[in-house]
Amino acid sequence: MSNQVTLTINDREIKAGKGNKLLWVALENDIYIPHLCAIKEEPRPNASCRLCFVEIEGRDKPVTSCSTEVEEGMVVKTRSERVDRLVKTGFELLLSDHNLDCRNCPANRSCSLQVIAKKCGLKLRHQRFTPIERDYELDDSPAEFALDRSRCVRCGQCVWADRNEAKAGVLGFKNRGIDRIVTSFNDQPLADLGCNSCAHCVDACPVGALYYKQKA
Amino acid sequence: MGTVNPQEQYKQLQNKAEDYAQARQEKPRILIGTATCGRAAGAMQVKENFLHELDKRNIEADVIEVGCIGHCYAEPLAIIEKPGFPAVCYGYLDEGLVNRLVEDFLAGDDPSYEFALAALERNDVFPTFEDFPRGIHEEKLILENCGLINFQHIENYIGSEGYSALALALSREPAKVLEEVKKANLRGRGGAGFPAGIKWEACAGAKEDEKFVICNADEGDPGAFMDRSILESDPHRVLEGMILCGFAIGAKKGYLYIRAEYPLAVKHVQEAIEQARENNILGDGILGTDFDFDLEVFQGSGAFICGEATALVNSMEGKMGLPESRPPRLVQAGLRGKPTVLNNVKTFAYVPRIVKEGADWFKSIGTPESPGTAVFSLVGKINGTGLVEVPMGTTLRQLIEEVGDGLPEGREFKAVQIGGPSGGCLPESALDVPIDFDSLHDAGAIMGSGGLVVMDQDDCMVAVARYFLEFTQHESCGKCTFCRLGTKHLLDILTNITKGEGDRETLQLLDELSEDIKQGSLCNLGRTAPNPVLTTLRYFRDEYEAHIEEGRCPALVCRDLILYYIKPKKCSKLCNVCVGSCPTEAIYTRDDGLKAIEQEKCVKCDNCRKACPPEYDAVIKLSPPVLPEEKGARSK
Ligand SMILES: Cc1cc2nc3c(=O)[nH]c(=O)nc-3n(C[C@H](O)[C@H](O)[C@H](O)COP(=O)(O)O)c2cc1C
Ligand code: SF4
Ligand code: SF4
Ligand code: FES
Repeated sequence: MSNQVTLTINDREIKAGKGNKLLWVALENDIYIPHLCAIKEEPRPNASCRLCFVEIEGRDKPVTSCSTEVEEGMVVKTRSERVDRLVKTGFELLLSDHNLDCRNCPANRSCSLQVIAKKCGLKLRHQRFTPIERDYELDDSPAEFALDRSRCVRCGQCVWADRNEAKAGVLGFKNRGIDRIVTSFNDQPLADLGCNSCAHCVDACPVGALYYKQKA
Repeated sequence: MGTVNPQEQYKQLQNKAEDYAQARQEKPRILIGTATCGRAAGAMQVKENFLHELDKRNIEADVIEVGCIGHCYAEPLAIIEKPGFPAVCYGYLDEGLVNRLVEDFLAGDDPSYEFALAALERNDVFPTFEDFPRGIHEEKLILENCGLINFQHIENYIGSEGYSALALALSREPAKVLEEVKKANLRGRGGAGFPAGIKWEACAGAKEDEKFVICNADEGDPGAFMDRSILESDPHRVLEGMILCGFAIGAKKGYLYIRAEYPLAVKHVQEAIEQARENNILGDGILGTDFDFDLEVFQGSGAFICGEATALVNSMEGKMGLPESRPPRLVQAGLRGKPTVLNNVKTFAYVPRIVKEGADWFKSIGTPESPGTAVFSLVGKINGTGLVEVPMGTTLRQLIEEVGDGLPEGREFKAVQIGGPSGGCLPESALDVPIDFDSLHDAGAIMGSGGLVVMDQDDCMVAVARYFLEFTQHESCGKCTFCRLGTKHLLDILTNITKGEGDRETLQLLDELSEDIKQGSLCNLGRTAPNPVLTTLRYFRDEYEAHIEEGRCPALVCRDLILYYIKPKKCSKLCNVCVGSCPTEAIYTRDDGLKAIEQEKCVKCDNCRKACPPEYDAVIKLSPPVLPEEKGARSK
């Protein structure tokens, strides 16, 4: 069939629809690749968390699987020394800017960082990097939920859900570099923008940055 | 094709240009370099001085503003063309010198060669720039008109055969232009060196009605100014290159993305576009053919990252200027989703001569893998600062010692930083590396924007790496993990080292993290940001070790690792200038009449060291910051 391709992931032969991204094909076949920012429905991935690296035969460096389309005859390895090293460093970097306190976090046991740690054999601890000190404002204005930026990993899931599912246009990123943060329209408290119940963004957040208050 | 032969149309333009030139032949001409570099040195004042002096003496002469003449070290500069004399370039102009030149040369007949830098044409009396070591190496392909012709008139460009490549190309097939550019192996001058021909071909092959040509003139590297100089001095050359590209790939519209901080470049390009339209070189039916193409300036007021290809396109579309992951490449889906060729100012500037003189001519200059020339701005501890253009393959040593005339006296070469903030620092042992894309890359540096900073014994390599990291960390867009957080940690670690904090593991972490940022980042800002760290670690590891193991900064730069000390043996009881120079009153007179510094009060401003008269030269910096034992010194 012309709109199907056959590829090999970790020595397993897999059939996939043409145009699909490697990350989703692997996940659907129960092959785990760490990821935070990928959105299946989004044709142009952000490719910003930099955790979904894999090796593809014939490419000189690991590539992000969320932004790579499957190809006929592609030979993929989801682990290698280089991949593991990048994932470890990327993960440690994210943790160095994360309020790491699982026991008191509303996302405990449902957090993607915990999943990644478990699946990739990484520690949920600060290791090589000194934690970055931050001073964020908590926005707990909505009745049901709150935004605690000290846990945000800048994955952009909430922004996408806000635009594409809630169709609200309330959330976005602002500032450059290390100061990049998720913010609301005009930096207003979310409640003032009418955010009280839809909570698409809360459901999208893979960590405990946007959370339901009752869980906290 | 239209009814009129483009070559004939072009001939008419040339005739017009000739009449124009004739009309201004008999009078002497004074060309003043008034690009931003000249202006900063007072060129506009010099122009006023000339006008005033000429007027006072009733001498008829044209005073004309031209672009960057290239010898920035001697700014303000002027070229005087007086019938009967070779054109001569004068530097270091001020009011007094202008008076003399007008008096002796323009009113009288003495060219005052003692004040001249060089002649511009061969003659029997005075050497030209080519006769100096710098000139022997220099080969000007894209800077050839810089500072020589008056950019405000298209006639001057046409008078030196400008737009003849366009006329030639239009009388042939578009594929011919493409073929020449591809065969010439013209590599992109925006930094990465990707072959322009391959980009153009991919775009030409795309089956879309609408395509775009974009010139990247965002030039955000600190200290880089060659793109600006070319646009200010010789804008038509860039326009011609872009029109040729549009013809080759089948585009009808192009944009020049110029940073808004370059108002003069914007103005000159806009004027050039106007003139080109008036002369049927832009617009519908160019030179009588059925090829339509127009250009527009887009003023970018964004951050450094907006120079990155995908971020630039986003910013032109009114979105946040953030990079995107590729594919799709711009040639597949660029501006407004249409196939787009994006090239640097210099890349486009080479195109007219390649089309006119052929790929083989271009390949006869430079090296086989990097044909043509490289443009550098020489700065730092070097005599001949300024813009230079040399064939690829010239060694760094030739560039520094001969073209740049070496280091000022008493300065000892330590390193050359090449390629801007994402480039690398190379040591003496790497000076015989030929300048080309691949050799520089192998040495750990990059061609980048062509910035070249010469450093000496007073430059601390850790501080230099830290300085560049501070820039890239500040300019990171923050989108991806490795660059946003990785550069922050790199900077923090480097800052600690400049304070003497760290151990061997710190250096290993620097190394590992740098490699991972290079591999893991989304765009080339992150992928190249660690270069200054990696090269200094590779070539100047001993300096890092001195900082962390001995608490010593060998270059005596890092503030936390130095102290100021007045050598009693050298200090004079008769002098006390240092006392007054100190802003915090840290200097006191000891019981024996000599001066000493109260360390707790010292803010390390360096004033006392500068103030101490050379005959005493008693103030020194010490690292590690430990006071020598002194007999009989009073503690305070
Ligand atoms: C952070 C960043 C800044 C850049 N800035 C510029 C720039 O100011 N000018 C430029 O021509 N290219 C710049 N580039 C390179 C462009 O992305 C692109 O490669 C180039 O414009 C292509 O033209 P060329 O092939 O002619 O070099 C930059 C790249 C990065 C990653
Ligand atoms: S708030 Fe949650 S979903 Fe939004 S960017 Fe941060 S981590 Fe991602
Ligand atoms: S490498 Fe840096 S500048 Fe480039 S996308 Fe990532 S954060 Fe932004
Ligand atoms: S999931 Fe691929 S980069 Fe984030």
